[in-house]
Amino acid sequence: MAVAKLEREAAEANEMLPRMARVAQVRKETYDTFTLALESAGGEPFPGFAPGQFSMLYVFGNGELPISISGDPEDHGRLLYTVRSVGKTTQALVSSQPGDGIGTRGPYGSHWPLKVARGKDVLIVAGGIGLAPLRPAIHYILRHRADYNRLIILYGARSPRDLIFRKQLEDWGRLPDTQVLTTVDYGGLSWTGHVGVVTGLFRNVRLQPFHTVAMICGPEIMMRYVIWEMEARGMPPGDLYLSLERNMKCGIGFCGHCQYGPNFICKDGPIFPYHEVRSWFGRYEL
Amino acid sequence: MGAALSGASRGFEESAMTLDNLVNTLFEHPFLQGFAPEHIDKLAAMASEVCFRKSELIFREGDESSFFYLLLSGKVALETNMPGRTLRIVTLGTGEELGWSSMTAHHSKQFQARSLEETRALAFDGVRLQHACDEDCRLGYTLMRAMLRVVAQRLQSTRLQLVDLYSPLSAQVG
Repeated sequence: MAVAKLEREAAEANEMLPRMARVAQVRKETYDTFTLALESAGGEPFPGFAPGQFSMLYVFGNGELPISISGDPEDHGRLLYTVRSVGKTTQALVSSQPGDGIGTRGPYGSHWPLKVARGKDVLIVAGGIGLAPLRPAIHYILRHRADYNRLIILYGARSPRDLIFRKQLEDWGRLPDTQVLTTVDYGGLSWTGHVGVVTGLFRNVRLQPFHTVAMICGPEIMMRYVIWEMEARGMPPGDLYLSLERNMKCGIGFCGHCQYGPNFICKDGPIFPYHEVRSWFGRYEL
Repeated sequence: MGAALSGASRGFEESAMTLDNLVNTLFEHPFLQGFAPEHIDKLAAMASEVCFRKSELIFREGDESSFFYLLLSGKVALETNMPGRTLRIVTLGTGEELGWSSMTAHHSKQFQARSLEETRALAFDGVRLQHACDEDCRLGYTLMRAMLRVVAQRLQSTRLQLVDLYSPLSAQVG
């Protein structure tokens, strides 16, 4: 019993040790959002990841952050992370230069239901930076296109200058059986796309309830309205999956900072089927 | 009740659609789902098909326009002008409605509307519509319920836009 406890503690201690990675490239997506490409610094390749998983990134001297992986899961050489600069640590992260060292732990957490979605339509609904954790799922679906029916991507952002992966969205929109609709909360005269909230895009979509799996990521209030809209259109709650975010610290269900009802977001999430979290979803205290 | 103005004096190109076509088109428009056939007939008698060219201003802020439109195809932006720039605040497309304020007492437009692509719509004179609602209260009730649904949707969307939900600050405000 005591040995098992010691072994568990040792394993947890190892899990808390970051492995070294090097910044290979920093790509500017918007005025405040950047994608970092990290390569393993130890010669040993990164472990694989499933779309939707995150890593803990350690900016030495600044702090550690949970960041979702935003690249292609079949690109084994490097991991991509898309980060919006909103505070001290994210600012330090996006200011990294090629060659800088970053500590990484993970990948951790649950993943998007890509097996469950086989043979069905996939509806991706993203808001703001929320498109980043969904991009690996899109890459995966496009690589295994025959396994899925229609791919519908609905994406909302504050303004045209806040849209990330813009070129890729345009490219995806030209693919067969793929519908990409983008909207912004407000735009200038040069923006001829949709203006309005992301739920407004649903009237341009022919949704097939019971034959669609929805994957949603964005601000929680946006996800709430998206879920109401989809339920009103007959989508069963069990076919809705969302990515939740809370104040993660350890990333392995050890510290309890990200407890959400009976779950830890880091260990049991961040991706949850909606019907498993609906009792807690939108509660002020959580 | 005054006769409808000609298309040219209303600032758009009017095209002819037979009454049967108008009735069928109205039956299929999402705004009029659930309307009784006799009400659709009354509305068809008041409707005229109009087309707007790409980039055409349908109405300007402050215009005295009483028209209500059901969009059949194309895309329209509602815009507001500020010193030095124009901001698009919502776009409307096929199956949506434009100009609900024509059903209120004030017909002065608070935003400007511009077609972003060639747009087809059915136009109704708001004054005539209001008279028809006064004369036939069941039509009026049904129409006002449909209009309320539109206004409530727009209000909800506007509130969400005001929340600025994609801003990192909106997550931090306690």
